[in-house]
Amino acid sequence: MNHAAPIRSAFVIAICALFIAAADAKTLRYASQDDPQTLDPHSANLQPTTRVLAQVYEGLVGRDRNFKLVPALAVSWSQPDAKTWRFKLRSNVKFHDGQSFSADDVVFSVERALHPLSQLKSSLQGVAGARKVDNFTVDLAMKEPNPVLLNHLFQFRILSREWAVKNRAEAPQNYKDREDTYASRNTNGTGPFKVTLRQPDVKTVLVANGDWWNKNSPEKGNLTQVDLLPVKSNATRAAALLSGEVDFVIDPPPQDTARLKANANVKVVEGAEARVQYLAFDTNRSELMYSDVKGKNPLKDVRVRQAIAHAIDVEAIKEKVMRGLSVPTGSMIGPGVQGYSKEAEKRYAFDKEKAKSLLAEAGYPNGFAITLDCGNVQPAADICQAIPPMLSQVGIRASPNIVPQATYYPKLQKFDTSMYILSWGSVTSDALYTLQLLLHTSTGENTGLGDSNYGRYSNPKMDELISRIKVESDMKKRDALIREALLLNNRDVAVLPLHQALVPWAMRKNVDAVFSPNNIPYFFRFKLN
Amino acid sequence: MLAFVIRRLLQSIMVMLAVGFIAFSLFNFVGDPVSLMLPPEATAADREEVRKSLGLDAPFYIQFATFVGNALQGNFGISLRLGRPVSQLLIERLPATLELATTAAVIGLLIGIPLGVYTALKRDSWTSKLLLTLSLTGVSLPNFLIGIFLILIFAVWLGLLPSFGRGDVTRIGMWTTGLLTTSGLKALILPATTLGLYPVTLIMRLVRSEMLEVLRTDYIKFARARGLTNNAVHFGHALKNTLVPVITITGLTLGELIAFAIITETVFQWPGMGLLFIQAVQFADIPVMAAYLCLIGLIFVLVNLSVDILYYVVDPRLRIDRAVAGGH
Repeated sequence: MNHAAPIRSAFVIAICALFIAAADAKTLRYASQDDPQTLDPHSANLQPTTRVLAQVYEGLVGRDRNFKLVPALAVSWSQPDAKTWRFKLRSNVKFHDGQSFSADDVVFSVERALHPLSQLKSSLQGVAGARKVDNFTVDLAMKEPNPVLLNHLFQFRILSREWAVKNRAEAPQNYKDREDTYASRNTNGTGPFKVTLRQPDVKTVLVANGDWWNKNSPEKGNLTQVDLLPVKSNATRAAALLSGEVDFVIDPPPQDTARLKANANVKVVEGAEARVQYLAFDTNRSELMYSDVKGKNPLKDVRVRQAIAHAIDVEAIKEKVMRGLSVPTGSMIGPGVQGYSKEAEKRYAFDKEKAKSLLAEAGYPNGFAITLDCGNVQPAADICQAIPPMLSQVGIRASPNIVPQATYYPKLQKFDTSMYILSWGSVTSDALYTLQLLLHTSTGENTGLGDSNYGRYSNPKMDELISRIKVESDMKKRDALIREALLLNNRDVAVLPLHQALVPWAMRKNVDAVFSPNNIPYFFRFKLN
Repeated sequence: MLAFVIRRLLQSIMVMLAVGFIAFSLFNFVGDPVSLMLPPEATAADREEVRKSLGLDAPFYIQFATFVGNALQGNFGISLRLGRPVSQLLIERLPATLELATTAAVIGLLIGIPLGVYTALKRDSWTSKLLLTLSLTGVSLPNFLIGIFLILIFAVWLGLLPSFGRGDVTRIGMWTTGLLTTSGLKALILPATTLGLYPVTLIMRLVRSEMLEVLRTDYIKFARARGLTNNAVHFGHALKNTLVPVITITGLTLGELIAFAIITETVFQWPGMGLLFIQAVQFADIPVMAAYLCLIGLIFVLVNLSVDILYYVVDPRLRIDRAVAGGH
């Protein structure tokens, strides 16, 4: 009996250990309709790619659970002069392959992200190059001052120089030369997860990085593994969540969210994505391409644009089209974006009589016919069908023209439109990028000014404001200028913001997720109960 | 014989070139992949650079010539959506599609033949009539609807079978198979049933009509007159003679199943070539689309070629001119 006791306790301990081990293994099975395009941190700049790479690679700055900028691979920063940013780097960081992180990696990653083949140049807006000061200090030299550089740097990802050189992946992947690089299939970052398996369109496995420098962060959750499972078909993705085959779906089909909410094992978290859906107009041509008005362009008249703004019932769109999942807004930038102001949110009231009298004043008492262009993605395509009946009530006979997304952008880029719907994300969390690409006069010379201004709206006052915002480093003054520009857009109706979509994330009841306004899950904050 | 085969081979090459040309010229209408490779917020300079880096700034005929030249070396370029060589992607996806299509064809044979025999022998029974009616509804319901019904019943309500994916696969050299693991076999059931429904109906109706035809022939009557048992007559004589056209049709159907597994693969996220293709279409992923269409074209051409040659070998009437020449 006595000699049995140690055996028994050993057995009990073994059983307990087994249970603890089982309790410790927390695998989140995550489904989305898209798979990452590549694993190269500087090649593609699309959400499905970023959703994976944001778990693996880190930048100089990060964001906390409230989306405030916080130090990441840099511990502090300063601006010795207007054209230099100096970053002090964290010293105890290791890449996934065990190498230590140092200034060389930052300098290398800056050069790589500025490479012509990189799609992440915007993460280094205004940066001319990087210079190593010592092993843990790096200077970024600026071509032009960028007061919101830190906002941009959040997107900038750092990879190991030695690893990239060793695997001949010094430059981002080049599609033309039919290259398939090591870095597009493998990763080596410093982040909370490492990629252990990559099967395109089938499965990508992320395993928690036990040596992560920030593993004691109070924000850290308990996931040990994340399985990324792309499921293209909407119905199947929802079914997989209902049947418990996946734990988390980032893009549940809108028509199924009500059904998912009704299920006792599933919950839906809704957050506002920093993306605004808007309507825009050809304000440039002297005669519209798709209208029955000959010899003049009614949309050049601000009163007509204001009439359209008055005629659209955005609450009805919210209720009927968006199924409640939107926040109507009058501003192209939402809260949380640098330069946001409550004042600019004010919309034109829904007022059909006012719209009719504005149209009559502008010389169109009987309205006119026009085509409204949209891409065939949701919810834009549905909105495209909801707006024409509203406009017809004030006399504007709009017909929706919904085309595949892949032909939609080329059409807009040729300015082949009279009125169109698009959405715009504040990717940099700063208003300048939005203003200069959407509202600056289109230069047509790939200068980054007015590139997405497909209606070719042009107002010298707006251009002047934007050029001042660009160089103003006093944040108070800068915010005031941004507000002025946003209010000018409201008065001018250069583009007409409709709403910010609320993004639903659907998950099993035991998942504890933290929503982020860039619609990217940061799995290290997630918990499985 | 040799001349016949060579002539058919040359025709096949012409067909392949035509398929390649049509496929490639269609892509001018699919749209611009660059707009889908970059976020909507990208600048015009970014777009221009990516377009250049993809070789999309070259004129059409140069793009096509490059495509054919590379295709002849088995190089179909890099998938714009997945950033990996297309030939490699297709090779990886081939086993999944072949296993799915073969299983569907086997289901078609295993269920279709007995049902066909049954409905032919008991042509007036109410069960036969019910089966024929059911088979009509089965074949007229769209594939994706059947798939979603099966998912709803067997995955969501009963929780018995997985709703998507291929389960665990075993790797044997270049080939990956799901047939050797429990989860792989479970994952195969729903998609294979969905895809197999059409061949079941087809084979059942074919066997039934052939069987009815054969049962009316003289040698069956003589067999009965000789006092053979029903079983011997039905299965020894009638069924055997029914199966020749069934085998031909099954061969041709297999080609169709491979090519048209697209819908089933999309519904079940089956990682085969069809799923790859449909996602390529949505992304305007030209290299993948071109390579897939050429590959499917090749499969059909090869199936037709071998059927033609087999007929030539099997059917003496096709060799008539040689026989006539020899006779003189």
